Amino acid sequence: MRTTVRKLLDDQRTRILLNLADVDYIDSSGIGELVSAYTTAKGRGGELKLLHLTKKVHDLLQLTKLFTVFEVYSDESTALKSFQLAASSEP
Amino acid sequence: MGTDPKHLEITLETQVESVNLAEEMCIRVAEAAGFGEDDCYKIGMSVREGVINAFHYGNKERPDKKIHLAVDLTNDKMIIHVLDEGTGFTLSDVPDPLAEENLLSTSGRGIFLMRAFMDEFDVVSGRTGGAEIVMAKKLPLQENPGTNGQGSQGASPQQGA
Repeated sequence: MRTTVRKLLDDQRTRILLNLADVDYIDSSGIGELVSAYTTAKGRGGELKLLHLTKKVHDLLQLTKLFTVFEVYSDESTALKSFQLAASSEP
Repeated sequence: MGTDPKHLEITLETQVESVNLAEEMCIRVAEAAGFGEDDCYKIGMSVREGVINAFHYGNKERPDKKIHLAVDLTNDKMIIHVLDEGTGFTLSDVPDPLAEENLLSTSGRGIFLMRAFMDEFDVVSGRTGGAEIVMAKKLPLQENPGTNGQGSQGASPQQGA
């Protein structure tokens, strides 16, 4: 994931929506990777948002207070529109 | 599983494959002890975090050092010990991962997760001089024997190469 995110950012694809529908298990290292991807994207002027969290990942993000950090969506079109809205409000 | 206390010990190599091995072993013990799927997940995750802690922070990923895992099943709880061969640490020195300044840290959540998922948690100085994580989960009530401990998704062997 780290390599993929960095590659996307290198290619100037800075609005990243990470679909976690198939991720039903994540440990503290995985959480660290998500945070790293988030901060890397932010640091390079991009955004990283999360889509389709499974219950365990959802609960872990709540437990670690990261639910307040990440933008999380359950609907892909709504998530994609959020990027467009953000882009249209940019100066 | 009966009510007689049981003790299981395994010495693990300081290698990343030990993490899955320890997790799987403890999940199987937890299932056999009657824990339900959610508790097995929490026990497995806690063991995972404990062994990662020993592997990375305790033994500094040095292959000449070992990780000592022990499981005790008593009448009322499952107790897990994870002992490394490092220099130990003080629990109160571990930063709070929920503090505003640590929220975006890429590490430091393992202890927090073990505390959250287990009923008892402590770190003591072990016989090796390293840190010994001691954590316990109360056994489920045995009102409906045979209905607990089934269907854990993580129960299949996943030992690495």
